Amino acid sequence: MGKTLFDKVWDAHVVSNIENGPQILYIDKHLIHEVTSPQAFNELKERGIPIYRPSQTVATADHNTPTLNQDKPVKDELSRKQLQQLSENCKANNITLYELGHKYNGIVHVMAPELGITQPGMTMVCGDSHTSTHGAFGAIAFGIGTSQVAQVFASQCLLLTKPKSLRVSVNGKLKPGVLPKDVVLYIISKLGTNSGTGYFCEYAGNVFEEMSMEGRMTVCNMSIEMGARGGMIAPDEITFEYVKGREFAPKDDDLTKKLEYWKTLPTDKDAKFDKEYFFDAEDIEPMVTYGTNPGMGIKINGNIPVENNLSFKKSLKYMNFEAGESLIDKPINYVFIGSCTNSRIEDFRVAANYVKGKRKADNVTAWLVPGSKQVEAQIIKEGLKDIFDAAGFELRQPGCSACLAMNDDKIPQGEYCVSTSNRNFEGRQGQGSRTILASPLVAAATAVEGRIIDITKHLN
Amino acid sequence: MEKFITLRSTAIPLNIENVDTDQIIPARFLKATDKKGFGDNVFRDWRYKKDGSVNTSFVLNNSDYKGSILVAGNNFGCGSSREHAAWAIVGYGFKVVVSSFFADIFKGNALNNGLLPVQVSEPFLSDILNEIESNPETVIQVNLEEQKISIERKNISEKFEIDPYKKTCMINGYDDIDYLVNNKELIEAFEAQKIF
Repeated sequence: MGKTLFDKVWDAHVVSNIENGPQILYIDKHLIHEVTSPQAFNELKERGIPIYRPSQTVATADHNTPTLNQDKPVKDELSRKQLQQLSENCKANNITLYELGHKYNGIVHVMAPELGITQPGMTMVCGDSHTSTHGAFGAIAFGIGTSQVAQVFASQCLLLTKPKSLRVSVNGKLKPGVLPKDVVLYIISKLGTNSGTGYFCEYAGNVFEEMSMEGRMTVCNMSIEMGARGGMIAPDEITFEYVKGREFAPKDDDLTKKLEYWKTLPTDKDAKFDKEYFFDAEDIEPMVTYGTNPGMGIKINGNIPVENNLSFKKSLKYMNFEAGESLIDKPINYVFIGSCTNSRIEDFRVAANYVKGKRKADNVTAWLVPGSKQVEAQIIKEGLKDIFDAAGFELRQPGCSACLAMNDDKIPQGEYCVSTSNRNFEGRQGQGSRTILASPLVAAATAVEGRIIDITKHLN
Repeated sequence: MEKFITLRSTAIPLNIENVDTDQIIPARFLKATDKKGFGDNVFRDWRYKKDGSVNTSFVLNNSDYKGSILVAGNNFGCGSSREHAAWAIVGYGFKVVVSSFFADIFKGNALNNGLLPVQVSEPFLSDILNEIESNPETVIQVNLEEQKISIERKNISEKFEIDPYKKTCMINGYDDIDYLVNNKELIEAFEAQKIF
């Protein structure tokens, strides 16, 4: 029987098998950030264990960083301390760190791909559940807890039981205005938030084959929102073209050899998956969420379903929505375009293209937070900043920002935010905030109108 | 890590599905650089109102319910990978979480912190929740060696699954780091033959 993409990468990284137990899996790249690493560094220090392969770890500051005045000392004392601790830990252990202000600083899942750190066939981990993003390159990439961060520090390995395999195929032609974010929100709305638990997911079909790397990253990023530890897309020419020439990408002979290997990775025709789902691209519309988990999504011109269970009712009560109603024309005061899901250059191009020549509604605060310093520079270089400035949008500095509101970028109590991020949990964007997940296009249109509109009627 | 063999305790019912890690410990409390103090802020925004007053309708603030077992709805611990969620639950004093389904990363984090995630069937979860809600004195027994959870007075029980390796770790208080560090030779040998 043939092997899946996941099998091939996994099997190539098994160091050994524990009888009646997990496997030792080798990790090629370990990404760290300020929030989930300090306790792991402490653990090793207390136990007198050195970092085994510091050159395979790369650090960035992103979760807890301000998006204004990054050249000045961080005001919040606890945040400042956490960032300092990361700097000290990286220095003491010879780990490369792209700290605040560095030209490569950015959200960990934006920074690593754009630097060519992320490559097909790798195993990658990070103390962040959206590490699934890197699966867009045909890598096995998943989020880990801090105890596991310490394990990778100590041994460059993890003890893991191989997950089951799942494939989601989407074929056909996407309608105008349907972006990769809509595709993944649609999949999660159909499958639910725990359908992928215990599985690694491969996305297949012409819809993903035709997607840009940015789009593929958006899709793989949200795999965890259906419970899957990771998502993967087979590497192809689009992947290779994206990786080539980047700072840490293989070069010359090394590249030739790796390309040869990468081309062997796609799933064999006769490979079997433990679970398969199929969707038609034509059925997908621009999406919005109405509840407090990412599976609670509807097409933008649809109606909130009517369900009679406690958790559903609790969710609608929190959002102050009624079962059966439509979200069209709901007034919105906050719009956030950013996060590891949608803060790459393509996302800002989509938004700028819609916004060009228009102005945001007076009631709206519109934050644009690029995923990295490089994305920020590109926004300026391409003239997108001028478009956003003229439209009254606020371009801030890179970081996780209002996706999880650890810094000052918080949505006020009771307010709705149409957000391109990945989670609409209660209070995710600030205590009492109400998140509506959507694509950068829907977010941009909401900012211009000051309310949710049926974007399908506003496209040329 | 603390050893876990058996536990006999009353339990606290949290009859909500999809309890995510942002509810268990909101992001604004993740700024600490050690593992202490997270228990004070477990379920912070459900325990306290925005003005800081106690939300008396939340189950952890109901003095009828006590114990070191938390019984929660389906898909517990979904969302972020923050181990702070496990530290917060342990820090508050829980030793076992019962649910009909756990999110992957949370489950691993719990096991790495001596917190036992006990996955039960939906009907058994309903039974436990009903029993505790109607009688907060209901005692639950968890036996890791036998992989069995029982509602004491009702005399009903169910077997639960756990990875045999993790079971050994829990019973003996071992963690994965020791195991991995002791296998350095294997890891080095793997690195030497690894092509890519």
